[in-house]
Amino acid sequence: MRFIFKTDYRQDLRLFRHGGYVFWYGLLGVALVAAPFMLSEYLISQLHFICIYSIVGFGLMLLVGFTGQISLGHAAFLAVGAYTEALLQGAGMPLWVSLPSAALLSAAAGIIIGIPALRLKGIYLAIATLAFNVIVEEIITRWEGLTGGNGGKHVKAAELFGFTFDSDVSFYFLCLSLTVLSCLMLINLLRSPTGRAFVAIRDSEISASCMGVNLAKYKTMSFALSAALTGVGGALYAHKITFISPEQFTLLASIELVTIVIIGGIGSLHGAVFGAAFIIVLPQLIAVAKDYLPSGAAGISGLQAIVFGVLLVAFIIFEPMGIYGRWLKVRTWFELFPFYRQGMFRRQKSYMKSERLR
Amino acid sequence: MSFFKVEDLGISFGGVRAVDAVSFEVNQREVYTIIGPNGAGKTTIFNLIGLLYPASSGTIRFEGRTLNGLAPHRVSQLGIARTFQNIELFEHATVLQNLLIGRHRHRATSLWQELLFTPAVRRAELAQREAVEKVIDFLELAHYRDGLVAGLPYGVRKVIELGRALATEPKLLLLDEPSSGLNPEETNEMAFWIEDIQKELGITVLMVEHDMNLVSRVSDRVLALNEGRVIAEGTPAEVQSHAAVIEAYLGGND
Repeated sequence: MRFIFKTDYRQDLRLFRHGGYVFWYGLLGVALVAAPFMLSEYLISQLHFICIYSIVGFGLMLLVGFTGQISLGHAAFLAVGAYTEALLQGAGMPLWVSLPSAALLSAAAGIIIGIPALRLKGIYLAIATLAFNVIVEEIITRWEGLTGGNGGKHVKAAELFGFTFDSDVSFYFLCLSLTVLSCLMLINLLRSPTGRAFVAIRDSEISASCMGVNLAKYKTMSFALSAALTGVGGALYAHKITFISPEQFTLLASIELVTIVIIGGIGSLHGAVFGAAFIIVLPQLIAVAKDYLPSGAAGISGLQAIVFGVLLVAFIIFEPMGIYGRWLKVRTWFELFPFYRQGMFRRQKSYMKSERLR
Repeated sequence: MSFFKVEDLGISFGGVRAVDAVSFEVNQREVYTIIGPNGAGKTTIFNLIGLLYPASSGTIRFEGRTLNGLAPHRVSQLGIARTFQNIELFEHATVLQNLLIGRHRHRATSLWQELLFTPAVRRAELAQREAVEKVIDFLELAHYRDGLVAGLPYGVRKVIELGRALATEPKLLLLDEPSSGLNPEETNEMAFWIEDIQKELGITVLMVEHDMNLVSRVSDRVLALNEGRVIAEGTPAEVQSHAAVIEAYLGGND
């Protein structure tokens, strides 16, 4: 374990806290750049998905993990991003126009849903966002002239300055760079006043407001940013799948997105990536496991949904901090070896919380 | 022009007149304390000043500006900070981050600058940290600087909350029962700090407090409430010996 002796305020603002971080993240960077040249086509394709879902995970994490608002309608923003991208590209726009447009339009949708969110909390907000999801899905289905309705819409490979991202490797680097970019922007945000205002709203709205945080403004901002990131993810998703239709953006898709942040670990950017990797890898694991299951069990339709559901519940009960929380514990165990104690991460109960103003 | 003035303030919850026609005036650089038995409406007055509740009657004026009708977050931006009786800290953030949120009203950078973490944001952040560090020094919190609030003892949290309010650099500080839940030693420290806040930092303090030792030690003037109404106002000694106050606390002779 390394203790950092702080002598300068700049140390608190660093991206990497010490040399160890530089080394490990450097190694990760090298591995990520080398990956497409070493892996099979299939695995690269899985990496595409992990990147895309990481971006969406970042967006949802900002909202759920850092601002404390719930959304069961994020697939709607994914849809807005995907269709904007598909339509603009279909109209011959290059990526540098269509991608920001996808982000902006999703952000606008985020603001629309953010406004009722100012008055709703918890389960009621969940219901409102859920309704929003259904509305968007319905609009896409019905507005056949624009979206192709249930027939769906084909999407070509992305194009930027004459370069076409039609190979697995080039598309991988597009996804990876956008993932890294959005991650860096979120880190920047979280170490500056806006990010702190979000966290303040999450932990205590009443005192955030007494510290001068404009709740309406920051909640809306959080919804907009979250939706924008999800929209970018949606645009990439459209290019990845090459065919989009309303049934990809149902309530189930939204729940899958929520699963990313909960299983990954609420309140950490690592968690978003872990969660994204998890929901991409899990179906593969289930597919492999099917070979070893008795034929009766393997044939159950919706086996995947059952496993997802059970895991979600298990994580909420046994590891509320998700995979990232587990990782922290493992790391601490090694750092402190042999002095790790069982109760080190047990949360203290706070009995003295003001209930009067809720 | 008076510094802070409450006139004819009132609010009803259903049929209960929780605060009824309360008027008082706080002068600059004074420690003004509101006392009263449980349910007298002390914290309600704070929530009215903080605009958490809309007043059903009366006006609140701060430096000549009427607060009624503003959004709650504007109160802090005008220079009024508060602490809570039962501590409302940001539990899952470090002490430093909690204090930095106190700096929110001094935010000068835009969202876009922050997303890119431009040099302007970096400079602003360093300046904020320097300001916060002064509060950390003042309240001797250096030891807890990077600790998560969730794991800290009650007495320390109370001080952190005071620190967060001070980090906003307020002109008027509202303290809601600063000594509740503290042991005598901690209460003693709190008294020192309140004195320092008044004398060294020149901040006006409006306080709700039960501990009469603390009240008489630090207050310049005291207002006594009972059942939402003012029953006495004056120096601590005057109020303590006032017949109506004794009756409110101990009951009448009848």
